[in-house]
Amino acid sequence: MVGNAVFRVEGLRKSFGHNEVLGGVSLELHAGEVTVLMGANGAGKSTLVKIISGVYERGGGTMALADQDFAPKTPAEAIRAGVVTVHQNINDGVVADLDVATNLTLDRLSGSGAPTLFNPMRVRREAKAVADRMGLAIDLKARVSDLSLADRQMVAIARALAHKPKVLILDEPTSSLSSAEADRLFALIDRLREQGVAILYISHRMSDIRRLADRIVSMRDGIISGILDRKPLDYEGAVNAMLGRKIHLDQIVVRNSAKAVLTIEGLRIAPGARPISLTLGDGEVVAITGLVGVGKTALAETLFGVRRPLAGTMTLNGRPYAPETAGEAIAAGVFLVAKDRGENGIVQGFNIQENISLPFHKRMSRFAVLKRRLERATARRQIEELGIVCRSEKDEMSELSGGNQQKVMVARWMAQDARLFILDEPFQGVDISARRDIAAKLRASANGRATLLFVTELDEALETADRILVMSEQTIVGEHRNADVDLDRLLAEVAGGPLHSAA
Amino acid sequence: MTLRDHAIRYGFIVLLFGLVAYFSIAADGFVSPQSAVFIFQSVAITGVLALGVTATLVVGGFDLSIGSVATSAMMAAAYVMVVLEQNALVAVVVCLLIGAIVGLINGWLIVYMRVPDLLATLGMMFLLVGLQRIPTEGRSIATGMTMPDGSVANGKFSDAFLALGRHRFDFFVPNLIPVSVVVLLVLAVLIWFFLEYTRFGRMMYAVGSNERAAELAGAPVKAYKIWAYVISGVFASIGGILLAARLGRGDIASGNNLLLDAVAAALIGYAVLGAAKPNAFGTAIGALFVGILLQGLTMMNAPYYTQDFVKGVVLVVALVFTFALSGRGRR
Repeated sequence: MVGNAVFRVEGLRKSFGHNEVLGGVSLELHAGEVTVLMGANGAGKSTLVKIISGVYERGGGTMALADQDFAPKTPAEAIRAGVVTVHQNINDGVVADLDVATNLTLDRLSGSGAPTLFNPMRVRREAKAVADRMGLAIDLKARVSDLSLADRQMVAIARALAHKPKVLILDEPTSSLSSAEADRLFALIDRLREQGVAILYISHRMSDIRRLADRIVSMRDGIISGILDRKPLDYEGAVNAMLGRKIHLDQIVVRNSAKAVLTIEGLRIAPGARPISLTLGDGEVVAITGLVGVGKTALAETLFGVRRPLAGTMTLNGRPYAPETAGEAIAAGVFLVAKDRGENGIVQGFNIQENISLPFHKRMSRFAVLKRRLERATARRQIEELGIVCRSEKDEMSELSGGNQQKVMVARWMAQDARLFILDEPFQGVDISARRDIAAKLRASANGRATLLFVTELDEALETADRILVMSEQTIVGEHRNADVDLDRLLAEVAGGPLHSAA
Repeated sequence: MTLRDHAIRYGFIVLLFGLVAYFSIAADGFVSPQSAVFIFQSVAITGVLALGVTATLVVGGFDLSIGSVATSAMMAAAYVMVVLEQNALVAVVVCLLIGAIVGLINGWLIVYMRVPDLLATLGMMFLLVGLQRIPTEGRSIATGMTMPDGSVANGKFSDAFLALGRHRFDFFVPNLIPVSVVVLLVLAVLIWFFLEYTRFGRMMYAVGSNERAAELAGAPVKAYKIWAYVISGVFASIGGILLAARLGRGDIASGNNLLLDAVAAALIGYAVLGAAKPNAFGTAIGALFVGILLQGLTMMNAPYYTQDFVKGVVLVVALVFTFALSGRGRR
């Protein structure tokens, strides 16, 4: 193994002000190997990736590509040298207003040797070659802004591959893919591995890691805390190295609820879908799981009054419940932590305190004047409650790590008592320790309300819920008490009938 | 805080004081109550407009129609009093109504017809520039004018209305503070308090920063946006009332600079105290800054045509302060 490292990093350092983010990181990537990089949020993974991809300048240390010194000053330089990165934020990788074909060949539009005139025929031809190589089944003429998130992701990755990279860095590439799409990506990664590309794969998903990893490198607090390359890989050891504490899958104590909070009867959320009926009880944590695009978000938005059901009735606390707006839902005590916090949750111009108080201005003001002292006290309490890592409640959201940003979103809606607390993909882009913090908090505070989680990852459901419902084709297809779950049946329900590889 | 942070935060205030210090030495008579009042008076109308446009900037919009709303209000005031021979109260009410209605239409175009804010208000600007000339076939309105049908308009600006532009309150020195300055100060404090301390103001900022998040936090986003344009329209019409009261006639040629000056003041406001966002205090300082600059230049006998250039330079520098140095504007 030693000696054939295509890419080598040694003693890499980086500080932002007084804050040392990387304290001497050494890492080797080998040709034809998938190296998985694990690390909690704030461990320094993103910074490392940004230095390698030429976004940040390194503070110290060396990098070498094929034994040549590698010091990209811009992302374009890194790409030309053969180090290609697909960033986590999908929209950074695509231009929404252009069509798929142009996106796939975008990097050929500039740089030396690029033709002056834009030839749509040639672009389409080249794009088709790129698309075929990775089996991309997307209409090349479609505008990227019309594509789903998952399709955009595939386009971004395909675009990166058009460079024929020596080193490919994938930063949480499956976070918005369905398992079928993820399977396609994995197949592609297998092919690249055979072609001798060195791949650095950053992920929190154990299922991805089990499927792909040749080696696992764990990071913690800006240093490499564990390298595991002896097969069979010691996954638990990798998690341990990353978190520095033993993670054991707690068997949760399943609660049953007697008192119904929300009853749904004959609810149809899409044309042609079978109606949904369910009851959520007081003190209960219910997870609804299912693939991307089966209507989880539609159901969440229907409960929250953002979307109107086609048919059916809802009853909250024994009274008819038919919210017309989010405001009405909130007034009735139904809160939603929406998915994709950057898009639907965080107000970037606001600090932590202002983000937390956002939905409850009315309750926090007298004669329309905000009670700032109450606002601050609430924020401090919530920071304490959820263990948000920050300097003070006045911190900007952009200074927080992803996990802490998500904690602020949860803290926002836990600042007041809910009757029905809905969380849509609350663990998206959140490291394991933050995820456990949030899950534990949800369970500990569950009394007095019904809690409903929408998650794609089965693990997340198994870790948090008393009851697991499975969604497929815009309706509920299965129900499991989270005590002795029949995983085969559950997976079959998730897959929606026909046999499906459980990714 | 680093030096850079200090530069971002206090740079513009330091510049403002530096400017005052320089003019105090270089221009005779710059330091006097009369000079100060003159500056305030010269910025009063643009200041009021700028405060209104700040409200639309806060919700992430923009209002290009404010200048034409102000001149339309001025023409309407003159028409009501001179041609229709009504009293001051009627004139004021008509002006405010015009502002509110234009704001409502702007908001409706932007929120429900999905016309981009710049285009909707640009269209409204053209519409009003034309509309205000139709009743008099393009002539200015003054007592004794001949109407299109041959009759003579015999009404006149009521004294009460003219007082809005010409009365001065005693303040240490007799006849010092004009009404327009008082109006500016009152409106500035009102809108500042509204944006900074009330839940409505806070939610307006949220709407401007992340509309979807505000909506999912239960805010009626559409209503907030429309209200912002109504505020802008009403403020602009107040500016128009002050303009009419100062001129004493419906002058078709006046008010050309109102839009640009007001927008410049509001955008300069982004740089004040490193706010990097629209804010009422910054807007007021921005208007004051422009006023001091122009008054100083005038007293130093700088030719009038250099003034627009200087205003432009100040605006560009302020925008650099906001977007490049603070780094906040990038996202």
